[in-house]
Amino acid sequence: MSDSEDVAGIPVPEGRTELIDTDYEIGQDNIEGQLGPFGFDIHNPVFMVSGLTIVAFVFYALALPEQAGAIFGWLRPWLTSTFDWFFLGAANVFVIFCLFLIVSPWGKVRLGGKDATPDYTYTGWFAMLFAAGMGIGLMFFGVLEPVYHMAISSPLGTPSPFDADGALIPENVDRAKEMGLAATIYHWGLHPWAIYAVVALALALFSFNKGLPLTIRSAFYPVFGERIWGWTGHVIDILAVFATLFGLATSLGFGAQQANAGLNHIFGVPVSVSVQVILITAITAVALFSVLRGLDGGVKLLSEINMGIAALLLLFVLFAGPTVLILTDFGQGLLAYACELLPLSNPVGRTDDSYRAGWTAFYWAWWISWSPFVGMFIARVSRGRTVREFIICVLLIPSLVCVLWMAVFGGVAIDQVISDPATSAVKAQVIDSYNPPLSLFAMLDELPLSQITSVIAIVLVIVFFVTSSDSGSLVIDTITAGGKVDAPVPQRVFWATFEGAVAIVLLVGGGLSALQAMVISTGLPFTLVLLLMCWAIFKGLRAEPI
Amino acid sequence: MFDTIMVPVDLRHVPALGKALTIAADMAKAYGATVVYVGITSPEPGDLGHNPAEYDRKLQEFAAEQAQSGRHQARAHMIVANDPAIDIDRKLSEAVDELGADLVVMATHIPNLTDFIWASHGGHLASHSKASVFLVRG
Repeated sequence: MSDSEDVAGIPVPEGRTELIDTDYEIGQDNIEGQLGPFGFDIHNPVFMVSGLTIVAFVFYALALPEQAGAIFGWLRPWLTSTFDWFFLGAANVFVIFCLFLIVSPWGKVRLGGKDATPDYTYTGWFAMLFAAGMGIGLMFFGVLEPVYHMAISSPLGTPSPFDADGALIPENVDRAKEMGLAATIYHWGLHPWAIYAVVALALALFSFNKGLPLTIRSAFYPVFGERIWGWTGHVIDILAVFATLFGLATSLGFGAQQANAGLNHIFGVPVSVSVQVILITAITAVALFSVLRGLDGGVKLLSEINMGIAALLLLFVLFAGPTVLILTDFGQGLLAYACELLPLSNPVGRTDDSYRAGWTAFYWAWWISWSPFVGMFIARVSRGRTVREFIICVLLIPSLVCVLWMAVFGGVAIDQVISDPATSAVKAQVIDSYNPPLSLFAMLDELPLSQITSVIAIVLVIVFFVTSSDSGSLVIDTITAGGKVDAPVPQRVFWATFEGAVAIVLLVGGGLSALQAMVISTGLPFTLVLLLMCWAIFKGLRAEPI
Repeated sequence: MFDTIMVPVDLRHVPALGKALTIAADMAKAYGATVVYVGITSPEPGDLGHNPAEYDRKLQEFAAEQAQSGRHQARAHMIVANDPAIDIDRKLSEAVDELGADLVVMATHIPNLTDFIWASHGGHLASHSKASVFLVRG
């Protein structure tokens, strides 16, 4: 128990928590010093090994791009198709575990102690959850995915509403539309948020309640004990830094390509590596500015602005499109998701390989490889919430928002495709050919004020990249500083810059696909890590005073 | 002349505060002022405590030691910031107003290249605070 109550006259602002008794002192493995005018405070093995490993892999991808592409281009699909049952089963465990915690007596445990109060309002908190976790994905896949699952990927063997010649089959439309929405919502609903919630809860619990440093290894204290402060923990943290930095850098590289495609579509900006390098540089510069403004003045403010703009875009599409139909789609989508949730999440005995392995398992591996970053960021901004409140707000409410987003954007797109397939731009970009970056713009083109809304969409995408880069830099800085959140500011400037530089190098030299495939491949070992985390959370909560 | 002297302290680098602490103590005795030692911590566990309550206890102990050795009135004031490395300037400025401090005595470094990019914490306080600010170079 915390002994701060024993000191007469000293207030106990946070209430009782059950600190873990360890001899480890935060910062004991750190090296502090000055590099010219810049101070540094780094965790000795984690910072050095992470940095060197990242540089080594970048050199490998540049020096042997065909080999890297071949290896990881084979590895990632092999993992997601061979272990699809494992990914699906594990994600189901995370959802069930989170729902169990809501109704369990441990839902009353408060992160930070009985008297801790939340650091952020609901608005700021939600904005940061979305901006860190899913903002980019919702922008890119909100149109593409419902249409693709309706017409091409055949989830649960659902027949397409189009025949081989592209003609509409009316009797298939309703079922295909339902399944298109349900299959999409499944990928953006309970399961991905449960993945983030598990990691975030583990890190928040072991940091704010148990007094361990805010870094990935701390969640494994119940498993490894004091060994977590040695190389066992170093490897965990290094892997997390590795996956986070490459996940962000490769997403930034691909995002620049996608933004370039959007700018070309709207303004005729040439599609070239030079433009993409400029975009990455601009995103990194804005991210640096945000980093220098800190958590409250930087990422939180940008996240709130972006969520506000995204809400306005959603409302515009809702009212400019077939409003009644969209609202009906929301209800139907929610109902279809509820009805199809069990079959879609069934890990065995299925024949829809294209959907199950090519999309679901791929997504789960991707979310899981991102979960150290997103989970740690969510943990950092969630102090003061009860476990029950935390899971409801990290799991259920974002899932509902995703349902709404997919119903609006996906519903409008599906309506455009079905009502006039001959001239539908969405059908041309998603079904007849496959141009994911242009799917959102194709949908907006068929609504009023498309030039304005398309520019807004590009701005949203770019700002979501900025907030991801900013929050990712904060997370990497914290892990490589041994869990310290107040390391010298030049360190996080270094990580934000390094991430942009890695993205540019991979974009120019080749290697984005290979290294992104590599990051997603880390989803398999991380899945085991998350399963262990569930057990660690359970043990940790049981030891908390209720 | 002065009633409340605010002294921002970094408990990780107490030796570097030597001159500033001595000057603050001398001025407190000279003017009958109370010295308020201000420390900033994060909600997360750090090298100075598992939680803000532990940090607060260390700060209180530090203030008590300074009061005893310097033979002046002293107390501690803890600030909890979500992002201490960035929020420090704003939080210190707010603390000056909150405490009603009329003098701030603060240790600072010798100016270097980075001061052309962004001001030191002492420099920021000196530029923006209504209180008198005494920057003591270590």
